Amino acid sequence: MIVALPDSESQVAQILRLCHAMHVPVVPRGAGTGLAGSALPHAAGVLLSMAKFNRIVDIDPKARTATVQPGVRNLAISEAARPHRLYYAPDPSSQIACTIGGNVAENSGGVHCLKYGLTVHNVLRVRALTIEGEAVEFGGGALDCPGLDLLAAVVGSEGMLAVTTEVMVRLVPTPQLARCIMASFAEVTHACHAVAALLAAGIIPAGLEMLDQAASRLVEPFAHAGYDLDAAAVLLCESDGTPEEVEDEIERMSAVLREAHATRLQVSRDELERQRFWDGRKNAFPAAGRASPAYYCMDGTIPRRHLGQMLTAIQAMERKYGLHCPNVFHAGDGNLHPLILFDDADADSVARAERFGAEILEQTVQLGGTISGEHGIGVEKLNQMCSQFDRATLDAFIAVKHAFDPSGLLNPGKVVPTLHRCAEYGRVKVHSGNERFPELPRF
Amino acid sequence: MDQAVAAISEQIRAAATDRTALRVRAGGSKDFYGNTPHGALLDPRAVRGIVAYDPSELSIAVRCGTPLAQLEAVLEERGQMLAFEPPHFGAHATIGGCVATGLAGPRRAANGYCYGGVRDFVLGAKLLDGQGQLLSFGGMVMKNVAGYDLARLLTGSLGVLGVLVEVALKVVPKPRMEATLRIAMDEATALAKLNEWGAQPWPISASAWQAGTLSLRLSGSAAAVNAARSRLPGESMPQTDTAAFWQGIKEHIAAFFLGDAPLWRLSLPSTAEPLKLDDEQLIEWGGALRWLRCGRPAAEIRSRAHALGGHATLFRGGDRSQGVFTPLSPALTAIHKRLRAHFDPAAIFDAGRMFL
Repeated sequence: MIVALPDSESQVAQILRLCHAMHVPVVPRGAGTGLAGSALPHAAGVLLSMAKFNRIVDIDPKARTATVQPGVRNLAISEAARPHRLYYAPDPSSQIACTIGGNVAENSGGVHCLKYGLTVHNVLRVRALTIEGEAVEFGGGALDCPGLDLLAAVVGSEGMLAVTTEVMVRLVPTPQLARCIMASFAEVTHACHAVAALLAAGIIPAGLEMLDQAASRLVEPFAHAGYDLDAAAVLLCESDGTPEEVEDEIERMSAVLREAHATRLQVSRDELERQRFWDGRKNAFPAAGRASPAYYCMDGTIPRRHLGQMLTAIQAMERKYGLHCPNVFHAGDGNLHPLILFDDADADSVARAERFGAEILEQTVQLGGTISGEHGIGVEKLNQMCSQFDRATLDAFIAVKHAFDPSGLLNPGKVVPTLHRCAEYGRVKVHSGNERFPELPRF
Repeated sequence: MDQAVAAISEQIRAAATDRTALRVRAGGSKDFYGNTPHGALLDPRAVRGIVAYDPSELSIAVRCGTPLAQLEAVLEERGQMLAFEPPHFGAHATIGGCVATGLAGPRRAANGYCYGGVRDFVLGAKLLDGQGQLLSFGGMVMKNVAGYDLARLLTGSLGVLGVLVEVALKVVPKPRMEATLRIAMDEATALAKLNEWGAQPWPISASAWQAGTLSLRLSGSAAAVNAARSRLPGESMPQTDTAAFWQGIKEHIAAFFLGDAPLWRLSLPSTAEPLKLDDEQLIEWGGALRWLRCGRPAAEIRSRAHALGGHATLFRGGDRSQGVFTPLSPALTAIHKRLRAHFDPAAIFDAGRMFL
């Protein structure tokens, strides 16, 4: 394995041309904060670190865009835009460290995407190099572009279609005011119903997050967020906008939450308190890391009406596998992050955690959901791709990969499972000669 | 596969065997759009009906032959709507045609949760490919990064990759209040102001500048709309006139869109300077969409759009023989060709509608 640290687009192009000519796999990598192994190095390949692409090229306050190199951190964009009272909306919990190139690769979300969208909704243009080293632009400075919407395929493609060298994102006005309600519930199902009731009432909260009791108790000693530790579930519900809008919306939200049997409502009184409410939620992963030798974070998304059923199923799995699993989740999006706590020094505990995780993913598919809401497939969820998609659809994914990267050298072995892998996982019957693109190398 | 879908699949397979060209057409409301269509008719309207709708999920799954008007009526009943305010361009528009053309209306550039084009609200899509296989991309959930996002890629694909049979869309609550302001200003001032206001948290949901008057639609809670109305300049349009005014812009039935002069659609960065082409013009989307009535040569209009950082489409009328869309770069063309080769190996779908 070779690690390359280029600092210009022409260097990246040269590396790609060389690798293409010599038939060497290339794995692009940003900050390495991903959770699915999308940027794991290839043993016989070049690891293409984009760490030196860390320049903010342009902030255009009039057009409300930021043009940045892929190694720029997510939060750095909002910091650079702050003097103009603008910010970049998608805010994954890892935003202090993760980079925009990685966000584009994973289509990252965050706690505010119900209202403001995911990465795909906030990226206007991606400049990239193909595996042949040729520069291409997906999207543009206008709101649409001629031809097929290839930008949609590139965002979330986990570095398998092209190497991103520059990204133009949309900036949005910073709300004048944001306030957050912390609501306690005596039953998890009450909290789940409250989520549906808010949305059915025509309210789109700026953030709508849930922690179950195990999660609140996990983060409280770490973040001191002031969570109600006696509540079976805590819901964080945020409103943002002009002061008049926020006042009006907080009142409507509070009425719906009370109606949905909230046992206690606390509205943030100032920005400091609002930040404190969120600190607990955003620090759930580090808190899990402190409370347990290791944790395994899942990422399924299900239709919201099944949230209660899913949580009950996870409780049963806790008993089955003898492991604890606190739950934090983007309730507004139906995106769950069960945190399976295990001991990585104990092979049996590791094996149980893996089986626990796999069962959660299978359950997610059963409930009409998806195995990944925002963390990606990488190498982690290759098996479950066989459960979620039939062979014809998986072949279409292989075709997309082939359309952008006919040589199959960019980040091989990720995201799309081979027919053989699905067969071994017991999800597909192999018929000889059935595989599309038999000429493609399958790493 | 149910009977209606199976019948289309059968028609596709027969066409693939015979190598006969197919042209997907439902209500025909957007026949004018794109390059001149070719091929035997494939009418997908037997595949219709709402598949799943739960307002608290903020999503709806609908079969593609469903009339757009019916879909909108179902949402309206529950106080919801399609955020992208799609133009129908005729009484028989279907949701399939809406997604296949990917055309959004005045709300496209709204501030807040309605921001986005058709693709931004597509969650899933089912497609019959060129071999009659049923493929399913995305789903009903808000966030989904399993596999490449082909549901969005199919949006605006004009049927060149296959026949859309079902889509899942994110829907949003209707705003509780709307008001429209009319402000007299010239083009350059309007563009400057639209960009300035776009960077401020005003609840602007649509804009239209034409012949010295800027119309701004405000949407949201009463508190937000009233606060904006008191702080932005201009006169309120009588509430009784607003619906018809925005309908005229969206459906191209306002006076500007009538007549036979070619209609160009220029999609540009919102900050692009005035076109200075001296032709009749209507500006939407905060400056990012400029409609132009003129018979100038395509090359002149395309080069002006390119210089301003965007692209130009000959939307209606004019000389369509040289292609109505801006040609793609060789690198992008190669990707398009390889995608098409997989989805439609017998090359039966009317790719000329998009690529010429």
